[in-house]
Amino acid sequence: MSAWADVAAITAKDLRIEWRARHAGSVIVPFVVTLVVTAGLAFGPGISLLRQTAPGLIWLTGLFAVVLAARHAYEVESADDAVTGLLLAPIDKAAVFAGKANALGAQLVVLQAAVIGLVGLLYGLPPGSSAPALAVTVVLGALGLGAMGSLLGAVAGAPRTQGSVLPLLVFPLAAPLLLAVTGATAGAFRGVFAVQWLSLLAAFDVVFWSLGILLYGATLED
Amino acid sequence: MRGPLRLAGRLTGARSRRSLGRWALIVSALALVGALVVAPPDARQGEVQRLLYLHVPTAWVAFAAFALVFAGSVAYLRTGRVHWDRLAEAAAEAGVVFTGLTIVLGMLWGRAVWGAWWTWDPRLTTTLVLLLIYVGYGAVRHAPDNPSRSRRWAAVVGIAGFVDVPVVHMSVVWWRSVHQPPSVLRPGAPAMPPAMLLVLLVAVVACTVVFLWLLATRMAVRRLEDRLVSAVLDDRVPPRTTPARARG
Repeated sequence: MSAWADVAAITAKDLRIEWRARHAGSVIVPFVVTLVVTAGLAFGPGISLLRQTAPGLIWLTGLFAVVLAARHAYEVESADDAVTGLLLAPIDKAAVFAGKANALGAQLVVLQAAVIGLVGLLYGLPPGSSAPALAVTVVLGALGLGAMGSLLGAVAGAPRTQGSVLPLLVFPLAAPLLLAVTGATAGAFRGVFAVQWLSLLAAFDVVFWSLGILLYGATLED
Repeated sequence: MRGPLRLAGRLTGARSRRSLGRWALIVSALALVGALVVAPPDARQGEVQRLLYLHVPTAWVAFAAFALVFAGSVAYLRTGRVHWDRLAEAAAEAGVVFTGLTIVLGMLWGRAVWGAWWTWDPRLTTTLVLLLIYVGYGAVRHAPDNPSRSRRWAAVVGIAGFVDVPVVHMSVVWWRSVHQPPSVLRPGAPAMPPAMLLVLLVAVVACTVVFLWLLATRMAVRRLEDRLVSAVLDDRVPPRTTPARARG
């Protein structure tokens, strides 16, 4: 199979597992909704402060979501030692990384779109928000988070860590992405393409996808 | 690859460490005299500006340490030689110390100049984030039961974490910040009088030598730890019996 076919196969496998397990629906979505509502209680009820904090809150939920999703993705692989099958399969480890990153990214796109809708409903999205700018921001942000989750999620599979190290790694490493994507989202809410932030976000995505393609094999080896 | 390893072996030897320690003391004393006596006070900030001669060198050395973590991590993943892992681990630990020092000194300076201990200034904030990344690096080292796996994961984190280093420096340019723009590393001549620049350079050399001494000492300790673990394992693994003895 070609590399692209391998990537597509891994992506489809992970998405199929997620669809059947409904982990995102039963765990991540309720958690994210709770987070948005709780933040509204903590920072509200004044609409202006809620609108100011909305871009940051949207992507904080994204960070929490990618930690939960990546941890689950690798726990599934660890069950019955399925990861050995991945190691022994005649496919490039970079393709495994890309497939898993795509699957995580796709889940995050759907989730972040839903979070933006929820935040718009509860916090009042400002008039004049740009849907195309939001869409580009969400896709680029999800791509970056998906790459990070795929690369670092393997750490969550180790028995002793029990996934406690994954947030400690993801949150600081995602800081440049968080700054860029929050700025881009705030720009989108003002109805503009925040080119500077989107460029930084795209550059970050390129860097982490490149790191993942180069280093993923090292995280899987025993 | 053997050349740098031999050099590292010589630098971590007892004699080299003692020599590095002596030089660290001498150059640090020179830097201290320079910072407190030779360099003139700043025209606007006064005496508190002398924190520059410790804050800036610790920041540069911290970033250099994380560059060493990156180089050691790449070399370890490519060669599998444990000496590179020792270098990366030692550099990360020293880097955490110097980054912490940078942040504390920055807070003291900020308190005096900006009137606040912490302002969420982008540069200070991203330096704090860098500290957290390398704390995470340390956590990864202690997490899995398999030492080989922890070394590889730490190498991956060390490489990924290094991505953040240029962002810290460029954040002053990319984002509006209350932090002072870079005075030395910027296009054109540094915006400092020659006496201040000289003392700053001496202070950078002093911090670098202290860092190298810490690095050499930590690498030597880690080598002894590895030997101890090997010796304990060798004792516990029973010798293989020959077929003749087994039949007897």
